[in-house]
Amino acid sequence: MYKVLEKDLLAENIYRMVIEAPLTAAKARAGNFVIVRVSEVGERIPLTISNSDPERGTLTLIIQAVGKSTKDLVKLEVGDAVRDVLGPLGTATEIDENVKRLVAVMGGIGTAPMLPLLRAYRKKGAEIVSIMGARSQDLLILRDEVESLSDQVIIVTDDGSFGEKGLVTDPLRRLLEQGEKFDLAIAIGPARMMQAACKVTKEFDLPTLVSLNSIMIDGTGMCGGCRVSINGETRFACVDGPDFDGHAVNFDELVLRQGYYRDQEEHAEACKTYGR
Amino acid sequence: MPRRDPNERSTDFKEVALGLDPEMAIAEAERCLNCRHRPCVSGCPVEVPIPEFIQLVLQGDFEAADAKIKEKNSLPAVCGRVCPQETQCEQVCVLARRGQPIAIGMLERFVADQASAAKKARGETAERSQDKPKYKERIAVIGSGPAGLTCAADLAAYGYEVDIFEALHDTGGVLRYGIPEFRLPKSIVDEEVEYVKSLGVNIYTNVAVGLTLDFNEMLSSGKYAAAFIGTGAGLPYFLNIPGENLNGVYSANEFLTRANLMKAYLFPEYDTPIKVGRRVAVIGAGNVAMDAARVALRLGAEEVTIVYRRSREEMPARHEEIENAEEEGIKFQLLTNPARILGDEKFRVRAMECVRMQLGEPDSSGRRRPVEIPGSLFTLEVETVIVAVGQGANPMLTTRVDGLELNKWGNIATFDEYGATSLPGVWAGGDITTGASTVISAMGAGKRAAQGIHQWLTAKREEA
Ligand SMILES: Cc1cc2nc3c(=O)[nH]c(=O)nc-3n(C[C@H](O)[C@H](O)[C@H](O)COP(=O)(O)OP(=O)(O)OC[C@H]3O[C@@H](n4cnc5c(N)ncnc54)[C@H](O)[C@@H]3O)c2cc1C
Ligand SMILES: Cc1cc2nc3c(=O)[nH]c(=O)nc-3n(C[C@H](O)[C@H](O)[C@H](O)COP(=O)(O)OP(=O)(O)OC[C@H]3O[C@@H](n4cnc5c(N)ncnc54)[C@H](O)[C@@H]3O)c2cc1C
Ligand code: SF4
Ligand code: SF4
Ligand code: FES
Repeated sequence: MYKVLEKDLLAENIYRMVIEAPLTAAKARAGNFVIVRVSEVGERIPLTISNSDPERGTLTLIIQAVGKSTKDLVKLEVGDAVRDVLGPLGTATEIDENVKRLVAVMGGIGTAPMLPLLRAYRKKGAEIVSIMGARSQDLLILRDEVESLSDQVIIVTDDGSFGEKGLVTDPLRRLLEQGEKFDLAIAIGPARMMQAACKVTKEFDLPTLVSLNSIMIDGTGMCGGCRVSINGETRFACVDGPDFDGHAVNFDELVLRQGYYRDQEEHAEACKTYGR
Repeated sequence: MPRRDPNERSTDFKEVALGLDPEMAIAEAERCLNCRHRPCVSGCPVEVPIPEFIQLVLQGDFEAADAKIKEKNSLPAVCGRVCPQETQCEQVCVLARRGQPIAIGMLERFVADQASAAKKARGETAERSQDKPKYKERIAVIGSGPAGLTCAADLAAYGYEVDIFEALHDTGGVLRYGIPEFRLPKSIVDEEVEYVKSLGVNIYTNVAVGLTLDFNEMLSSGKYAAAFIGTGAGLPYFLNIPGENLNGVYSANEFLTRANLMKAYLFPEYDTPIKVGRRVAVIGAGNVAMDAARVALRLGAEEVTIVYRRSREEMPARHEEIENAEEEGIKFQLLTNPARILGDEKFRVRAMECVRMQLGEPDSSGRRRPVEIPGSLFTLEVETVIVAVGQGANPMLTTRVDGLELNKWGNIATFDEYGATSLPGVWAGGDITTGASTVISAMGAGKRAAQGIHQWLTAKREEA
């Protein structure tokens, strides 16, 4: 059992939870994730390790409650325990020494997995320009953390309630058109956002790393359920990724695969909420 | 073996085979000739004392028979159910030549179930051994499949402290996530695991060695004096044909893991979903394919078809399982090879294009090689495709150990009959060394490795 030590609400339906998992905390690196199962009847769901404290033996997870399993998870209170936590999974992100200037594009919950990468690049002394996007001001999470790790932060909201009105690709395109030079872009967020960001960076030949969130079960390379197409070749996101060269990813396929169980997931939630 | 009616059993996940009652068991035991040269024993990879346990059945002492089997085989309730007896112990029974061999597997299952029921009736639970381990060395066992469980049980019996590490949230390996409930009830796997624990073995789930713990460190830190690797053949193969990433195409591993480990057949009581179309094609004809097909049927598919590129004779699944599948109404498209999977506008499977095959010259395996019949392309209308064409070595650990020699298929190379690897103090066995094989051969490898480890540590102690 993995105890919940802290829990706070960051924005509507978005929580930060600190969970005791000493073995995983000791080995976690930027880009790793865990598979979590809330209860005996629960699904196995992947969540990025947003931070880890090897001394305290804890992991910080940022969870957006979107469906049955994430809602069950955020129902737990401090002192409760998560049934299973497995990790660190996935190939840790390679932190490239040669990257002197980085543009980090993050949308919604994507800010959580971005943080460890910002920390790692910060440590290497890279200059960081962060572009944060959210639907509206109240959904903008972890702004303080991003600001403290970046040299420049540009914020956009869909409805203009904070920062610029627009999408993350607007300032991204503007910077690149202005001739700003970056060695690397990292884009993390909803698949469609990453796809749009990659489309822009491709025009400017800017190498771009993305973190793919396909549906997973075991997270250890055993089922192939998480498969994605990279340059037309099948890869398992849980072991070969979740980071990939964004310009090689078939995002349309990813989005379609993510949606496969949507009707059943809604059914599961309705059953639990309204009684079977 | 008495079996449930196919029409009834194909709609639920309860066990298909019913088991013997005491009269039937004793009647079967009476047929045994108690051969002095014990040919049947040589057919069993772990050398269960078959005539001896059968004599105890004859005397009606089922618990003694169980204890007799357990001298060699710590998982009789499992083996009695899933061993391919027809190619092992029963094949070499002297009565096989004269018609009907002794139903050794059924008797083994009967004895294990009787003993377990008797213990339960007395209110006995598997108590954890309170004895302090005899030796101070601690041994790490990676993987809780049949190889790991057996190795751990034997090491504990020798007198070592043993820690099993399992990556999944539950124990048993393929016994838990692969073989379905209707062939091997999970309550039996639970009981067997409890038994292993009762010997003093510690089991840690959610530990992926190589990721959660560093294998090199485990040994170099001196915490573990030796290790056994039994990480199995968990890597699913695909066909690499167009359309394989469409929604509705599953590897058998994913399909069975969802159904068995995650209990998707109890959705929405359990949270993990699974989708089965009205028509399902299962590619392959091994045990895994039969299991996937029969699970699909039980999940509500109306028509399930096994698609296999060779002919009936070459199907690698056990006879009993092919028969079970046929009885339940599974269809077979033999000499048929999938060429491409077609999708609809929503990226879901709608059909599979196949070509007809004919058998040509024998290949290196001695089986006649299937060759395409030109112009024979046809379409099979299906909504779900399950790919069951085999599994490769699980690379999770093997790619993260310094100096561990692998063969060209990625399996761990072993250097003696005990399963010693290229690394001193490290043994391996089961599917990770042989490729996908059987429960009992994995157990045999676990046993031999325990012996090898014990001999090695004993020699080391004597040297010191
Ligand atoms: C490597 C990886 C890291 C992740 N890290 C985080 C994280 O740090 N924080 C976080 O909140 N979420 C993260 N996710 C997404 C998270 O796993 C899913 O939101 C979760 O599995 C949904 O489960 P559910 O039962 O709550 O919702 P469901 O009812 O299963 O789904 C709700 C909605 O989300 C969609 N969905 C389901 N699974 C995914 C998925 N894997 N990715 C995107 N959409 C999905 C469904 O189609 C549906 O529309 C990560 C995913 C991956 C693969
Ligand atoms: C669907 C199906 C049906 C089958 N039917 C039969 C049958 O009827 N009869 C028969 O005899 N055989 C059958 N087999 C084959 C048989 O199940 C296997 O040969 C046997 O289970 C192999 O045992 P094992 O202990 O080597 O590996 P496994 O059973 O595969 O167990 C390996 C375990 O190690 C764990 N693991 C892997 N890597 C790590 C790591 N790095 N750290 C920690 N843990 C790890 C895995 O999660 C797994 O639990 C079937 C197989 C399948 C898939
Ligand atoms: S373990 Fe398997 S092979 Fe050995 S006697 Fe029992 S059923 Fe036969
Ligand atoms: S070979 Fe057959 S008849 Fe002879 S002892 Fe073994 S089981 Fe009995
Ligand atoms: S989640 Fe099963 S292989 Fe990636």
